[in-house]
Formats: sequence, structure tokens, C-alpha cells
Amino acid sequence: MWSFSNISTNIDEWLRSFLNPTWTMVAEMVIVGICVISLFAVLGLVLVLMERKVSAWIQIRLGPNRVGPKGILQSFADTLKLLVKEGMTPDGSDKFLFNFAPLLAIIVAMLLMAPIAFAKDFHMWDLNIGVLYVSAVSSISVISILMAGWASNNKYSLMGAMRSGAQIVSYELSAGLSILTIVVLCGSLNLNDIIQSQVDGWWIFKGHLPVLISFVIFIIAVTAETNRAPFDLAEAESELTAGFHTEYSGMKFALFFLAEYVNVFIVCAIGATLFLGGWMPFHIGNWTDFNHVMDYVPSSLWFFGKTFFLIFLIMWFRWTFPRLRIDQLLNLEWKYLLPISMVNILLVTLMAILGWHF
Amino acid sequence: MVEEIGTTTDGDLIINVGPQHPATHGVLHLVITLNGETIKKVEPHLGYIHRSIEKMCESLSYRQFIYVTSRMDYLSSHINNHGCALCVEKGLQIEVPARAKVIRILMDELTRIASHELWWGAMAMDLGAFTPFFHAFRERETINDIMEETCGARLTMNYMVPGGVMLDIHPNFRQRVHDFIRLFKSKVHEYEEMVTGNIIFQNRMKGVGLLSAEDAISFGCTGPTARGSGVSCDVRKYYPYDGYEQLAFDEVLETAGDSFARYMVRIRELHQSIRIIEQLIDNIPEGDFQAKTKAVLKLPKGEFYQRVETARGEFGVYIVSEGGTTPYRIKFRSPGFSNLSALDHMARGSKLGDLVAMMGTLDLVIPDIDR
Repeated sequence: MWSFSNISTNIDEWLRSFLNPTWTMVAEMVIVGICVISLFAVLGLVLVLMERKVSAWIQIRLGPNRVGPKGILQSFADTLKLLVKEGMTPDGSDKFLFNFAPLLAIIVAMLLMAPIAFAKDFHMWDLNIGVLYVSAVSSISVISILMAGWASNNKYSLMGAMRSGAQIVSYELSAGLSILTIVVLCGSLNLNDIIQSQVDGWWIFKGHLPVLISFVIFIIAVTAETNRAPFDLAEAESELTAGFHTEYSGMKFALFFLAEYVNVFIVCAIGATLFLGGWMPFHIGNWTDFNHVMDYVPSSLWFFGKTFFLIFLIMWFRWTFPRLRIDQLLNLEWKYLLPISMVNILLVTLMAILGWHF
Repeated sequence: MVEEIGTTTDGDLIINVGPQHPATHGVLHLVITLNGETIKKVEPHLGYIHRSIEKMCESLSYRQFIYVTSRMDYLSSHINNHGCALCVEKGLQIEVPARAKVIRILMDELTRIASHELWWGAMAMDLGAFTPFFHAFRERETINDIMEETCGARLTMNYMVPGGVMLDIHPNFRQRVHDFIRLFKSKVHEYEEMVTGNIIFQNRMKGVGLLSAEDAISFGCTGPTARGSGVSCDVRKYYPYDGYEQLAFDEVLETAGDSFARYMVRIRELHQSIRIIEQLIDNIPEGDFQAKTKAVLKLPKGEFYQRVETARGEFGVYIVSEGGTTPYRIKFRSPGFSNLSALDHMARGSKLGDLVAMMGTLDLVIPDIDR
């Protein structure tokens, strides 16, 4: 009874009790909007703190520990600092594009939230082409980076933006192909159908080696797509100072920063949904008793647990690996990942036709 | 509207890396001509932190000028001081007590390890890996603590004086060096696992920044930079000072001449330095730590030159004396300056990301280049 779907149903019924259907929808949309924005803020704060704590743990230091107990309020202090800082627009920059770019980055990240199922029957938009929507909208994010790099009128920014353009456009292919393997297996683009298809086991266990390969490729590709180390060439601070956001300060910089972390969350959520069953508890085939015990763990916990596990994985990469060079980065995609993904999707198709998966 | 950004007539992009740039480990100013991501020319511009140390030395006495040299190559200040002290001793023909000689070599080698460790961390940071920096500092801090106890300083030691060392070693010195060796040996495998064996790291380093042995000689490269190209040039072997000739250690040589070879030279030098320390730490002779010298030193008229091997290469001190209490002219031959001159040759045709890696393998300390 204490699940998200009950809460949302109760709110819906309560609103319908004194509003007509149109106003109910408007009120619900406002509520959803507020929820998304607050989720954004919370995610930003939590993920930044998590990144700092994880990096501190890997780097044998303590990490933030001054503001609040164990430093948990550090992110609030940082946010406050960024909010009161002057958001400068440099002379010689293209003022409109310069100011619009961080907004676009954050809009894209917000749009991507829509089809994600956060818990059982709890999502903003039950979209029948959810997977296609996610891969389509996520490619807009490259425009904001190109825009920021170009409008800054700074050579480092421009180079960072160009690198980022080449990188994101390339890695989208493998990310798309590895997503397609799951679509082929369950025959639906709807994220809820994909989750339902994993009721008797997650795809990463059911799909044998090909799905495992596509999972690994997916993780590599989304790490590159979100510009995280070892693929952080767009902001390679030892070469390009800060890449495309060199000229940004204050809240405009914070929006890019926030968008990066929210994007990490979203790609990990998509990865968890496709390969690890989203909110679906850990089920094994027809072990009904075992599955029943697993169902006692709330579905939202399953979803966030899996997502944060993947986020931790991506953070672990960042604090372990050195950065690739731009030509090595593109070679990795075009010479290795893309051919492997193509062969892999053929294998998966064969597997789906012959019904070799569990 | 967006203005036209700085380009050459060929349409190449010119960017100023530095003086304030996170990759230059200080305030090196590089003017880079780029065609896309490919480097066409690298032009180091010096002078941003020129402090005219050589000129300052002319008005300082022979005891005082040594302290200024700590501020040149601040990562191997002991070795700089050592070279200067040796040069003055050569002029005055002071016989340094055996105890002082051993302490000096111990300090030199500890400094070399500390310097190489900082380099290792910064090198990995140049390539985008942050974590090794903290791991390197874990060991380096131990050395700094040892230095602090004996010399009273952690970075600019000013410990070597003409005639020996300023103070005797701290009673804990021997124990703490033993502790350090034990710590280092238990942790050094992490360096190999985390960085040396990493496939991304090896791809970034191998076959990049090639410097042939001939070029290394003609650019005047010394130290690990030249030894990575197969040029045997260890001053400790060729012109031994203060008893290096009695110690068993190998001159590390790699022949590939690429960034990875220079990297491996430094990593292997760490082990050689540990070997030297192990030979000496239990055999520090008893006796004076400083020879009796006059209060005011006056070098006889003439020219004196002394070279020592710092962590970065050959450091030379050239003193011209007119017989007074201050030198008439002092010239330092700093290793970083010559090593930097090879950067343009190495970097042409490679990618921008590699330039940073190459600068990392040259182990540049800017105050050493720009005196």
C-alpha cells in the first residue's frame, strides 16, 4: 500500500473530487513539473556529494567533512556559492547562444526524465516509443555543447566543443545498437513492456553472452556520451582548461554541471531498465517462493539501487583511468565497438528468432 | 557578433597555453600552432617568473648564495645545494668529513625519490587520471617528514653548506628511513598496477614523443630524458662526487626514446635510489658532520665548475671568482632548460593531448628553466 503508484492514484482521486478533468490534468502537470525540478535539485546535490565521497575513498582521503555531519551539507554550500556568484557573459561572445546553451543542456536532461519508470506503475509518461524517444532526445545535448563552445569565442571552448561533437555523434551509434538488442529480444520500444518482459529474470542473465557484450558496450558508450572520464575530452582540464565551459561561471556553469550529473543518472537509469530490470525485483524463472520474498523489497529501492550501482561504476572509471586521445577515442568506436555491436545485434536477432534465450 | 579568432595566414589556430594553465605545472608559456588537433609548432616563451637568480648570487656571499638555489629546482633543492656546496669546496679545497658525504648522498637520493614520485603523480594527472597523484603523495609525505625532522624544512631545505651539512641528522633519521623503505616497497607495486600496466596509459605513451639518441645529444638533454633515448649520461657514474663511485647502482637506460621509455627510466630509477639508500643507511660513519671552515669564505681567483645529477638531469654550477667574498659571475646549467628545448622537435605532428603527456615525461620544473 505504501508504494508510489498508490500515492499517485490517491492524489489523482483527491484532485478529481473537486476539479473537472481538464483542471485536474493541469494541476497534475504542475505537480509533475515541480517534482521533476525538485528531483533534479536533489539528484544534483546527492550525485555531486557521492562523486566527491567516492573519489575521496578511491584516493585515500576523507573528502568533504566540514559542512554538516560528515560533510553532507557540502553540496548545499556549493550550490549557494554558485547561486550568488556573478554569471558573467564575456565580451565578444554571442550573448544569446552563450546564455541559451546551459538552458538547452538542462532542458534536454529534464525531457529525458519523462519515460523513465522510477517504481512500479510510477512514471511520468507511458510512451510507447520510450527507447526511441530517449535516444532521439539525448542527441540534442550535443547541440548545447557545440553552442556553448562556439558562442564563448574562446579557442579552448571551441576545441572542446568540436571534440565533444565528434565523440557524442560517434558513440551514439553503439549506444543505440546496444539498446536495440534488448528491443529485439522483447519486441517493444515501450520501457514498461521491457521491464515487464524481465519478470522471470533480468535480460543480462537471460540473454547469454550477446546481451552481456551489449551491456558492456552500452556502459562504455554512455560514459563517452556523458563526457565522463576516461572519455572527458570535451573538458580535458589538462589540455583545454575546462573545455566547452571554460568561460562559464556562476549558475550558468552550475547548469552544465547539473546537466552532466543528471545525464549520468538518466543513462544509468536507462541501463538499469534495459539490462537489469528497472524496478523489477530479482526474480529467477519459476522459483515462486523466492520471487515472492524478493517482492517484499519496494520496487523504487530496486530501481534506485541498480541505478546507483551503475553510477558508482561510472564514477569508479573516472577516478581510475587516464584519458584517451581523440584519435584513439574515435578508433575505439569506429574500429572496435561499432563492428562488435553490429555482429552482436545479428547474434541477438538470431537468438530471438530461434528462442534461445530463457 | 563573434570576432575572428587568432589564426595564421595558413588558417592554423594559434593558442597560448599558459602562463596560467593547469597542464604546465607552473607558469610555462607555450605558443602552439595547431592544425585541427595536430601540432605544427610549439614555441616556449620564458621570462614569466624570471627572478634573476644568477645576478642575485653575485651580491651574495659564498655561504648565502646556496640558499637561493633551493628556489630554482624546488623539487630537488638538496641536489642543487649539493652542487653549489661542492663547487665552493672545490675552490677552497675543503676536505668534507666522511659522515657529511654519506648524509649528503642519502639526502640526495631521498630527494630524487620524492621528486620522481611527484612527477609520477603529476604525469598521470596530465593524462587525466587523478588518483595516482594522491597515492604518490602518500609516500612522498613520509620523505618530507624525514626531511622536516633533520633539516627543518620540507621543500627548500638549505641543508648543504660548504664543508658538509648544516646540522647532524636527527636521532630518528635512521629508523624513519627504514620505515620509509618498508612502506615504499609495500606500495610500489600499486604504481605498476594502476598506471604502468594500464592499457589506455600504454597507448598514450608508446611511440609518442620520439626523441632519437642523436637529437637528445644535440638538444643537450640530460637525465632521464636522455637516458630514455639510450644516451648514457649519468653524472653519478661519469663524474662521481662525494663517494658515489663506491656505491653499487645501475645507470638506468631505455632505448625506445618515446614517452614510455622516459617514464620507465624514472620508475626504475626509484628502485636504484632505494638501493643506494639501503647500502648507506646502516653505514653512516661516526665523526664530524661539517669541516672546520673560516667564517668568511673567499674563493681564490679563478673559474670553478661542478656538475651533479639532479632528478631531472645534469645541474652545473660555474663560478668565476675575482678573489672576493662574493662571486664575480655565477652561471647555472639547469637540466630543465635543455630538456624543454627538445619539446618542439618531439611534439610536431602529434596531437594536442600528447603535448601534455610529453611535457609530463620531460618533468619540467619551471623555476628551474626560468631562473
